[in-house]
Amino acid sequence: MKFFKNKAVQSLIASLVCIVLGVLIGYIVLLLINPDGAGKAMITLLKNFFYYPTAEMRREYFGSTLVKTAPLLMCSLSVLFAYKTGLFNIGAAGQYCIGVCACLYCALGLGWSWPLCLLAAVICGAFFGMLVGLLKSYCNVNEVISGIMLNWIALYITNSVLSTVKEPTSPYTYKLQGARGKAALLPRLGKINEFFNGNKYITIAVPIAIIIAVLVWVVLEKTKFGYELKATGFNKNAAKYCGMAEKRNAILTLVIAGALAGLGASFYYQSGIQQWECTATSVPGMGFNGIAATFLGGLNPIGTIFSSYFLQHITDGGTHIDTMKYSAQISDLISSVIIYLCGFVLFIKHVLNNMITKSEEKAAAQLKAAEEKPAATAADNVKGGEQ
Amino acid sequence: MLQALEQYVLLIQYTLIFASVLMLVALGGCFSEHSGVINLGLEGIMVIGALGGALMMFYLQDKVSGFPMLLLTLLAAIVSGVAYSALLGLACINFKADQTIVGTALNLLGTAAATVIVKAVNVAKFGKPDDSLAYRVGRSAFTKSFTIGTTNFEFNWFMVIAVVMLVIAFIVLYKTKFGLRLMACGEHPQAAASVGVNVYKMRWSGVLISGAYGGLGGICYIMAGGGTWHFSYGVAGFGFLSLAVMIFGQWKPIRIALAALLFGFFRALSNVNGSIDLLASLNLPSTIYNMMPYIVSLVVLAFTSKKSRAPKAEGIPYDKGMR
Repeated sequence: MKFFKNKAVQSLIASLVCIVLGVLIGYIVLLLINPDGAGKAMITLLKNFFYYPTAEMRREYFGSTLVKTAPLLMCSLSVLFAYKTGLFNIGAAGQYCIGVCACLYCALGLGWSWPLCLLAAVICGAFFGMLVGLLKSYCNVNEVISGIMLNWIALYITNSVLSTVKEPTSPYTYKLQGARGKAALLPRLGKINEFFNGNKYITIAVPIAIIIAVLVWVVLEKTKFGYELKATGFNKNAAKYCGMAEKRNAILTLVIAGALAGLGASFYYQSGIQQWECTATSVPGMGFNGIAATFLGGLNPIGTIFSSYFLQHITDGGTHIDTMKYSAQISDLISSVIIYLCGFVLFIKHVLNNMITKSEEKAAAQLKAAEEKPAATAADNVKGGEQ
Repeated sequence: MLQALEQYVLLIQYTLIFASVLMLVALGGCFSEHSGVINLGLEGIMVIGALGGALMMFYLQDKVSGFPMLLLTLLAAIVSGVAYSALLGLACINFKADQTIVGTALNLLGTAAATVIVKAVNVAKFGKPDDSLAYRVGRSAFTKSFTIGTTNFEFNWFMVIAVVMLVIAFIVLYKTKFGLRLMACGEHPQAAASVGVNVYKMRWSGVLISGAYGGLGGICYIMAGGGTWHFSYGVAGFGFLSLAVMIFGQWKPIRIALAALLFGFFRALSNVNGSIDLLASLNLPSTIYNMMPYIVSLVVLAFTSKKSRAPKAEGIPYDKGMR
């Protein structure tokens, strides 16, 4: 019982319940669309890279999933960091988007080297985060609404800026290769690339993303700054009363959150795996999936490493589904159902705690009954003896 | 002179139709927030409402036409919106879930589910996975063209519906026992409960009414866009623009209507900026016009949020035992 009382264990159970229910609902939707093949499609989605026949190919595509997990992890850390201060950073999607704009323009338009492009993405993301923070702190604007507005503004800016560095015959930006942009590719990992069947998109981004997750954990749990942020999140007025600069903290939080999302963009686009489509009609889903990863990870930076991977795993798995029967968006559907269910996490924990208390009470009552029983029989004996 | 004015006909047409959408959805948000629940899921509710209406038109396009079609489509949009908003009600009222998370989930789920459903419908009917639904036939029931000079003014029944819904919202909120009780639940639910108002029931009503308004707004939005709609696009942030309209309108129906006209105007500019001489002579890139509604809403919110008249208890789950 003690095991289930542990907060981390409870979070894990709640997340697993969300995943199982989310996958189940996805399966039901597949069944409703087309009963034959639904099971196969679901398995394909969950298998992801195991879909490929040879071990080399599996490793290669496993690598690709990892490459896409790195930016998702950064977006999810961005949402998480802000959430600890009581702010809901739905603007992560826009901060990510403007990060794409910055790093690709610096790479293709200006021909800068990778650290500078990365820095540009971080600064632009942080700037968009700061706008949300300023509006929140000084004008009392709901951060969700301002975040969404900035998402759209970021999208239009990105589309028009990157149109200047796009291929003449397609809506896509130039590839990062040759004289233009090769310097902007993040360094690769040599031996590790070989392990992943020479998957050239695996860069320092993957290990750095994990290190940053650990750093975020350290900042939140082990430093005074993190403590202040969490205190502001618990009760803004109490934090202010204790002399914490709650306005400054809110802005700083969103600056850091924005920087994390911008860094995610750099991690993804500077690996060269993807070109930006200048006719995009919505911001990349990375920021929104980050929200799912944050809550699925139990609001813990280490947990988000695993939840990000899981979500990216099923998103990639979704692309292997037979598109003549089902759509790849089924994985988006599952991740949004998971976010919805995460709203019930408090309830799940409540039920869990109730069950624990009940079984403890029952055990205690049994123990008491067991103690009273011999006493009672002894009393009976005495009574019997008297007769 | 007349010719110079003619180019504004289109601007007025788009302003009115976008204002209708924004007003409908903002009124929905207004009902929900007055009952004490922040409805951030309006965007998703719009998508699902639009999907319901579009599917109705898609399946009935050869069988029904004219006025019955209009009614059936509206009904389908309202019913889908209400059903979808029940997900918000269930989580936020009965299970006291975080309203921001649930609202966000509904937005993402709306677009994802609509895309999955539309693709499935297309595969079943035409054998190819397309994310857009064509319902051109149904559309004629909604519009009536007038010729002004040389340009067509396309009158849209949704403009009338929006005004009717505005009057209904005003009367329900301010002139009925139900409306006043609903608003009490958003200001101080415990006080409302102490005089015998069932807070859960009132909040459920608020959320479901917002679903109906949101669904209507959704079908209205996609109908303004032409005869087909790509459901993977969602509704381009209109749910959130509507929330901005609602805040700018200070949660009051009449002010919301005026705010919607202002926002509708800026949204319409991105559709017609090329055809108006005055704007064309400014020579701004069209990206600026696309960004305009979002920038305007940020600026407006920055100036109006400080002295906000938001319902006091919005966003706080109702707890019977709290004082």
